[in-house]
Amino acid sequence: MKSRKPSIPYIIWMVIFTMIPIIMIGYTAFTDKNGNFSLEPFANAFFYTGVFMKSLWIALISTAICLVLAYPLAYIITKMKHSTQNTVIMLMMIPMWMNFLLRIYAWVTLLQDNGPIDMLLSMLGIHATYIGNTGAVVLGMVYEYLPFMVLPIYTVMSKIDGGLIEAAQDLGSNSFAVFRKVIFPLSIPGVISGITMVFVPSASTFLVSQYLGGTDDIMIGDIIDKIFWTDQNTGSAISLILMVFIFVFLILMNFFGDEEAIA
Amino acid sequence: MEQTAKNTIVSLKDIFVRFDGEVILNHINLDIHEKEFVTILGPSGCGKTTTLRIIGGFVEPESGDVIFDGKRINGTPPNKRNVNTVFQKYSLFPHLNVFDNVAFGLKLKKVPKDEIKKKVTKMLATVDLKGYEKRSISKLSGGQQQRVAIARALVCDPDIILLDEPLGALDLKLRKCMQLELKEIQQKTEKTFIYVTHDQEEALTMSDRVVVMNNGVIEQIGTPEDIYNEPVNAFVADFIGEANILNGTMIDDCRIKILGRELECVDKGFGKNTPVDVVIRPEDIEITSPENGQLVGTVEKLTFKGVHYEISVRCGKCEILIHSTKSAEIGSEIGMRVIPFNIQIMNKLLPFYDNVIETEVTYSSEDENYFEFELEGETVKVENKYFPQGTSVKITLPPEALSLAGDGIGHLKDVYIESVVYKGEHNEIILESDERKWLMLSDTDEQVATYVPLAFDFSKAQFEVINKAEEG
Repeated sequence: MKSRKPSIPYIIWMVIFTMIPIIMIGYTAFTDKNGNFSLEPFANAFFYTGVFMKSLWIALISTAICLVLAYPLAYIITKMKHSTQNTVIMLMMIPMWMNFLLRIYAWVTLLQDNGPIDMLLSMLGIHATYIGNTGAVVLGMVYEYLPFMVLPIYTVMSKIDGGLIEAAQDLGSNSFAVFRKVIFPLSIPGVISGITMVFVPSASTFLVSQYLGGTDDIMIGDIIDKIFWTDQNTGSAISLILMVFIFVFLILMNFFGDEEAIA
Repeated sequence: MEQTAKNTIVSLKDIFVRFDGEVILNHINLDIHEKEFVTILGPSGCGKTTTLRIIGGFVEPESGDVIFDGKRINGTPPNKRNVNTVFQKYSLFPHLNVFDNVAFGLKLKKVPKDEIKKKVTKMLATVDLKGYEKRSISKLSGGQQQRVAIARALVCDPDIILLDEPLGALDLKLRKCMQLELKEIQQKTEKTFIYVTHDQEEALTMSDRVVVMNNGVIEQIGTPEDIYNEPVNAFVADFIGEANILNGTMIDDCRIKILGRELECVDKGFGKNTPVDVVIRPEDIEITSPENGQLVGTVEKLTFKGVHYEISVRCGKCEILIHSTKSAEIGSEIGMRVIPFNIQIMNKLLPFYDNVIETEVTYSSEDENYFEFELEGETVKVENKYFPQGTSVKITLPPEALSLAGDGIGHLKDVYIESVVYKGEHNEIILESDERKWLMLSDTDEQVATYVPLAFDFSKAQFEVINKAEEG
């Protein structure tokens, strides 16, 4: 083994800011308010099963929509001229420089009753409410996490050797066959990391649903946020359960990645 | 030509290709026959790969026709051409195993599964990879990957196989081995192979015919023997094998003057007192005693090469290379003889020796004693020489007045090094600028196909005022 000395600062960092907090959460999750061992927090956590499931469901839908939008977009970007590619990627990154909360507020303004979208569609004779429902939450999530899906897919796709595409053409592939037999299988590692990068944060996100969703669109992240003010033990238990779910998901994704990934 | 009896399978007619304003192929014509192993040989940047890519369908010529089996196929995409390529970097699909890589083309052709299996298995046996079907590509050695690439192309049963320097990434020993294997596979499968390489030995070993290219044009097409024994010019002679290339003068038919001696040769039709290039292969020079020699020189260097000695002889200002089984002592004087048949006479690469510029003075100053003229969009200042503004002058620059300058200096910024030929005394370098060619002498080796700044030393130039009245 190589000397581990250079990694010591990172290990210290990890211990202080990751390991210790996790241990503390684990400890709190298994104790009651008086500090005695108790499974009560987990019993309380079961009360939120519905919210939990809904959060995972919203995250799943958002991830799926991101994938459907991002994959063709990434493919189109790789087909552009090199300088244009950089510009488009840049344009996608620029909104990320702004604060997350500000961007959600922007959507609130856009979607609210008598907001610009409502006004425009009213003129066309369409009257509806665009905010305060699950759709708005999914919209906010897709908007928020789309770049995290596009970037890994784009990176993997743009690294596919042009020689392989020529070889496929040479062997008789039309452009559809080139895509199906070469570009798609080789882009799967990007898809896997894109899914991971969107699903994990969107499953645990908070605030988006508070601003854009209705009363029953509360997500597990919001519950944790709220409950920590009053009941740290239950909050820790929910956090721990969420962590286990995400961990299992990551393992599954890694497993797929290994199967499909290329040497 | 002698091969007219054979069927032409593909021919390129007057092909012209330009990328970003740079001419890559300058009106080339090439016929390739059925079941032939043709090698396109040339230095990097000569356009050989582009020629191959035109046949493969990856490059569209700006003008000219690609005729395949009697039909014009310009614009036909690669997947609709019955041509398969073995790529330089193999370009094997990393997500597929050996079997699926080879089966790729057949699956696209919707060949029945059991037939694919039969064909792939047979092809893998042909390239000596039996039992490797399930292997992942990343677990193969360079030589094995190369054979998978060949099998993948061959199994599709194309009319032509294109090979783009397929042995470039292999080590010498493996390369030699694969050369013979490739030739064997070609003879066994009776396919037309078009092979691109910059390795002259590879070309001579494998080919039925060799196409020598340089700077976007075909210099010579012929059998390996023709190309070696009767190169058409100094470039080909220099590129193929080792050669003594000397400046000579054709006195008359069958009389050549080199190194101050008049010798007998067999070439005719060059006219009288014509400057020519002369090629004598090192193995064609016989060592004798000084009094029997047609040429006499002093042995400078002696290297044992296994089969023969390599002897470097100084003959006046010139260095002559001899390959001989006889040894000679360093410092001793020897005689050299060449039979007339082995003296190969060629036209000079350029029709001129001195570089002549005819121009008009655009600005001058008598006090400071200089004048300026325009050359390919650049203003050139000539010091210590004065002509009134508007004078037409002829400037004669001998090759030794030209030199390659450092970056950012020099009179012409980007001139292209078209060829470098060692003439026993100096390297003769042919340069190409936007509008013309230049001849330069240099003692250092310069890299062909690169761009360099060119400087003129006007103190070595001759100036002559052109009388306008005479012109009119």
